[in-house]
Amino acid sequence: MQFSKDDVRKVAKLANLELTDTEVERMAHDMAEVLTHMEQLSALDTSSVEPMTQVLYDAPATASLREDEVRDRTLLGTEEALRNSALSGAGHFKVPRVIER
Amino acid sequence: MENLASFTIAQVKAGLRTKQFSAVELAREALRFAEAENPKTNAYIGLSAVLAETAAVAVDEKIARGEDPGLLGGVPVAVKDVLSTKGVRTTCGSLMLEKYVPAYDATAVERLKQAGALIIGKANCDEFAMGSSNENSAYGPVRNPIALDRVPGGSSGGSAAVVAQGTAVASLGSDTGGSIRQPASFCGVVGVTPTYGRVSRYGLVAFASSLDHVGPFARNVEDAALVLEAIAGRDELDATSAFAPVDDYQTEMRKPVAGMKIGIPKEYFEGLEAETGDKIHAGLDVLRKLGCEIKEVSLPHTPYAISCYYIICTAEASSNLARYDGVRYTARAEAATLTEMYARTRGQYFGMECKRRIMLGTYVLSHGYYDAFYLKAQKVRTLIASDFSNALAGVDALVAPVSPFPAFKIGEKMADPMQMYLSDIYTITGDLAGIPCMSVPCGKTAAGLPVGMQIFSGHFKESTMFRVAYAFEQAGGVA
Repeated sequence: MQFSKDDVRKVAKLANLELTDTEVERMAHDMAEVLTHMEQLSALDTSSVEPMTQVLYDAPATASLREDEVRDRTLLGTEEALRNSALSGAGHFKVPRVIER
Repeated sequence: MENLASFTIAQVKAGLRTKQFSAVELAREALRFAEAENPKTNAYIGLSAVLAETAAVAVDEKIARGEDPGLLGGVPVAVKDVLSTKGVRTTCGSLMLEKYVPAYDATAVERLKQAGALIIGKANCDEFAMGSSNENSAYGPVRNPIALDRVPGGSSGGSAAVVAQGTAVASLGSDTGGSIRQPASFCGVVGVTPTYGRVSRYGLVAFASSLDHVGPFARNVEDAALVLEAIAGRDELDATSAFAPVDDYQTEMRKPVAGMKIGIPKEYFEGLEAETGDKIHAGLDVLRKLGCEIKEVSLPHTPYAISCYYIICTAEASSNLARYDGVRYTARAEAATLTEMYARTRGQYFGMECKRRIMLGTYVLSHGYYDAFYLKAQKVRTLIASDFSNALAGVDALVAPVSPFPAFKIGEKMADPMQMYLSDIYTITGDLAGIPCMSVPCGKTAAGLPVGMQIFSGHFKESTMFRVAYAFEQAGGVA
């Protein structure tokens, strides 16, 4: 499978990921190699197979779903939640301006 | 305390009970030892002296009052740096979280504390647990304490190394595609990946949520089972944690294995190094002598497992790692607009393997490719899981190698990511099926490198797996 530098740049944009020119080149090579390997799955007939979207569910021994009840529990207060932010102020996360006035 | 490097949990407890040492003395000695050893292996990203000593004081007070200090009372342990520790920096091996200090404990960490364990440090690991060699850490690679020019395995390389070198009696790691069992096998210690949902992942920094497991490392099976008992069980803070009761592993694992049926999956004995294969066959002979009935079974979809796994795990990783956008988690690159800030922060602070997985994951989930890659992989996952349930319908447990080869040289596989991914062939399947699996030491190669024997059992049947492992270990294992 081919994977061009332009393909890399397109996916990087979707992923909000800035890559250097060297990284773009390396990524094109690596993605082509890995995706070629992944394409082997197309050889398997899975037309009558259900996708495994959950690991364990429904069976009584493996049940992991609780009743849907509202729990009144605050795990983190505002101050603690903001403590690791890059920039905060007035009880909010601060980011570069989004809308120009 | 010259025995510290070989202490078992039972020996620590006996030493405390008979006043050979106090928990505070033990904590200080373990911290001193860890600090002295770290320049050799780089197994710790940081030590947590205050945490360890505070816990030790509490243990000593309990002992003085004649109270039970807990299941792991006074035991020095380490925790992989992807598990959140309240007030103690948690980097995930990434520059992205270089300054991140969690405001809460992971449930597994909280349960260690409740059991009286002394957390002496955070173990090094591959960045966000992505890697099979511990060479992807932003804080430098970990060296294998058994052979310092070799990798300890990954991604929980530090957690395996600290137990092998003796600075911690036990440790916690996480396993998404083999990240507990493979380093355990490379370092010659016991490593356990429990059933999906057996241990809460609350506070485990997410990599691939349908595959992530928390589990213990220890020097013997009994200790690994004790640590699992301390951390296992339902947690209302993790919706995927199961209600299934936790067995009494200490009793269950001591039951005899004579008459047990062990399956050997034939696909796991193709394409491995001869010396590794010889050791596993010697291990099977030990089980045969103990009265186990060994029979060949087939897991026919094994050849598709690497592709299936790397589609699902990269897809989930690209989604989980989207939260690192320069807003909530400390690191931010300056930029004029919000979207530039996102992209620049991620470009600057993620390492190459994380970037590669974000890219692969974004691609396999993108419009036009979702059905061909992601949906297809989920269907193949169903087939791989059915392989295991079919095989385990006829036997009690499965035995196989953990890795096709022992610890490789640092730098040997870094140039080619596909070669690195292929080395996970025997471990990713257990995570895809969500069944319990573990690595138990099974001798050493002529060069002195440890080999690990892998044991799988059915969902929530950790007891069965421990029973096989304990009998094997008590019989002397393989030289």
